[in-house]
Amino acid sequence: MRHVDIPGRTPHAISQSRRNFLRTVTGAGTAAALFGPASLHAFAAPKNRKAVVVTFGGGARDDETFAPDGQENIPHLLHDLIPQATFYSNVVNKGILGHYVATASIVTGVYETFNNFAAVSPNNPTVFEYFRKDLKRAATDAWVVAPSNGFARIGESGHSLYGPGFGAGVILPKRLLSAALSSQSDGARYQHLLRDNYETPLYAPTLAGRQIELDQMAGILKLSVDDFVAHASNLVSPDELSVYIAKQLMRQLSPSLLWITLHDIDIAHSGTFSLYLDGIKRSDRLCAELWQTIQGDPEYANRTTMFILPDFGRDSDIDSGGNGFQHHRTGDAVSRTTWMMVLGPDVKHNVVVDRPIQSVDLIPTLGAYFGFDARLSSGKPVAEVA
Amino acid sequence: MLPNQLTPENFAKYPPQARQFATTQIALLRRLPLTFLPLLLRELIVYDWKFPAESNELVRQVRYLGSLADGPFQSAMSSFAQLKLTSQLEQTDWVNHPAIFSEQLSAHLWATHQIDTFTKTAVDYMSKATAFAPDPPLVTHRFGMAVIGQGVAKNEGYRLFRKLRPHGTYYTHVTRANVAVLLNAARSRLSSYPVPYGHWYIDGGASLDSTGLASVSYSALAAPRAAIQARMQKTYEAPVFDPEAFRTMLAQMKPEEAGLSGGGDNVLTRFQFSLLTEGSGTQVFSTTFVQWAAREALRRAQPLTLITRYSPRQREKQMNELLAERQHAPDLDPQGSLIDADMGAYYTWLNQQRLSGDDKSAFLAWFEDHGEAVAISPKLDRGKTSDAPIDLATIIEKIA
Repeated sequence: MRHVDIPGRTPHAISQSRRNFLRTVTGAGTAAALFGPASLHAFAAPKNRKAVVVTFGGGARDDETFAPDGQENIPHLLHDLIPQATFYSNVVNKGILGHYVATASIVTGVYETFNNFAAVSPNNPTVFEYFRKDLKRAATDAWVVAPSNGFARIGESGHSLYGPGFGAGVILPKRLLSAALSSQSDGARYQHLLRDNYETPLYAPTLAGRQIELDQMAGILKLSVDDFVAHASNLVSPDELSVYIAKQLMRQLSPSLLWITLHDIDIAHSGTFSLYLDGIKRSDRLCAELWQTIQGDPEYANRTTMFILPDFGRDSDIDSGGNGFQHHRTGDAVSRTTWMMVLGPDVKHNVVVDRPIQSVDLIPTLGAYFGFDARLSSGKPVAEVA
Repeated sequence: MLPNQLTPENFAKYPPQARQFATTQIALLRRLPLTFLPLLLRELIVYDWKFPAESNELVRQVRYLGSLADGPFQSAMSSFAQLKLTSQLEQTDWVNHPAIFSEQLSAHLWATHQIDTFTKTAVDYMSKATAFAPDPPLVTHRFGMAVIGQGVAKNEGYRLFRKLRPHGTYYTHVTRANVAVLLNAARSRLSSYPVPYGHWYIDGGASLDSTGLASVSYSALAAPRAAIQARMQKTYEAPVFDPEAFRTMLAQMKPEEAGLSGGGDNVLTRFQFSLLTEGSGTQVFSTTFVQWAAREALRRAQPLTLITRYSPRQREKQMNELLAERQHAPDLDPQGSLIDADMGAYYTWLNQQRLSGDDKSAFLAWFEDHGEAVAISPKLDRGKTSDAPIDLATIIEKIA
């Protein structure tokens, strides 16, 4: 099969397309106008800083987000968040495009190479371990809320200098709900919250991690099983359940480092375009909700930076090796090139940065932000927000 | 085992035509690197059930490789040969299970950051093989037709044909439209150009009268789908779920295990079975099934005529419930299916354009039981909207 004669996509072209679109829609300027060389320095790192990282997943393309046809799917990102954000339009993921291994690569700042479907810890120290060991933070100060059993080991690595005892607590909300429902008679009402997308059933290794179990939930989240189940009945998707748990964590423990992995979008693997769009719209809304929650919580307001980035994209329509939005198997530019949005009190508003960065740059950036050294990361701090 | 150790006996388990092909070409096969040969064998092992177009493609590749003198041959294969493999991969039974080897090779190439090199190498190779023996002229231009939106009383605000409109003329007032008009057009082309597997009809529900056309129907495959769903569910619910074993299970399943035994058209039967075992979502969502079936039909059979008709798919549910479709009448989602089908129609047009004769091919997408359609053809304006009343048959006359 041949390539169709439709203009191709290079990372630079993708970035330019995003920037032009943002300028049209939001009036965003470029970083070059605001950041001279003298401005490229790290801010001071006060102790009370907090960070919330949201992976806008799993995997969304420009065509359905920042391209003209996609804007209807992300009204909150465009109209509520970007005007307050510095937006990186050219974030490249050079690693393996599987959700667990890619998220682990972002979390460690190193392109991990383990089997995406294996129940293994990352090989390199995670951001949580750098954060907790270097800054001597308590176990309750770093948390991960993740979508499925496959992410159970994302909280800490197998690295000999870090690893057990220095990682983040991991909450798998669907697992909690499933356990809670085992004693309920009307479990059928909640099946929509437990659903896995088409590929996720291929992604449920045996649990082995530091994830929180149901009997610990009441103590940690101050949330009874009955209240949890009652609230869940009003939610429409697994990602809503994750954000609900994240808000509960923020309210009860106010962790300084909170990592939320959204995953509804990955329903795209089933080949149903409308459900993929629904996932994007939901993620858009949930990101705005999280930012509102941050602004409304005295523990977080004016001291929290939120990073939103997809783990990677999805295959382009024009690569004959793939099947468009359905998968992320070709490794083409569209599937590797994404974006990152950063909001916070020290972050310039309505700025677009075209300079290429990599997804592994996030952890060194967080290191500069918090004051720890992500010494084994292959990435570099992103100057504008570090 | 390495390729240079191959003997005719290694192909004893291959189907008759594939075995003969491999034995005849064994001198060539021995010269190919291990990063390439199993990929060729993956095609060769199913030679007995290939459509004419894909058999020709395989023959073309072998003729191309056989035509190369030592120097050019080494040059053509050097990039493949330079890819680094593990001894574990070398020990795989890649002769009898080339598809499993391919899966493992893919994972290895990703993990070792060689996937980009491999992709570039493969694309270069295919373009050279195609240039060696260009496709012969078509007896007529290709014509694809997509029927979307069955069961939708009113489109709830989704701008239909958004990706197709820039390439053709968008009609807002189509009259006297029904599926029979499209089927008649397909039969007419079949009658004029009786090419084997050249004219197709794929339906996401029950098939209408499709005599003479290569026909695939989601509803007609209900029993095999149920058998495969049951197998998937059993694997999914095992105490320890092994995702890679899951894929292997599907890859090794045989058509007769899903109730798709011989008799009739073995090539088409195998094709239908592959849609259910190699596609993602094709087992549970009719819209995905139609889109994937069209993609595979175009890629493999390269038809002159293709009708795809989408029907409403079941709503999203937990995987266990989706796989238990046979146990209860599914709850349908017509509006979501319309959006799925709109994108599916675009992908079908893209895949048609990847085939030879793309500069002359035509495409029509119609919102079933409604007046909206878009037609793409070198004979029509691009990016134009026509609000004038027009019969569906008249549009077809212009472009078929």
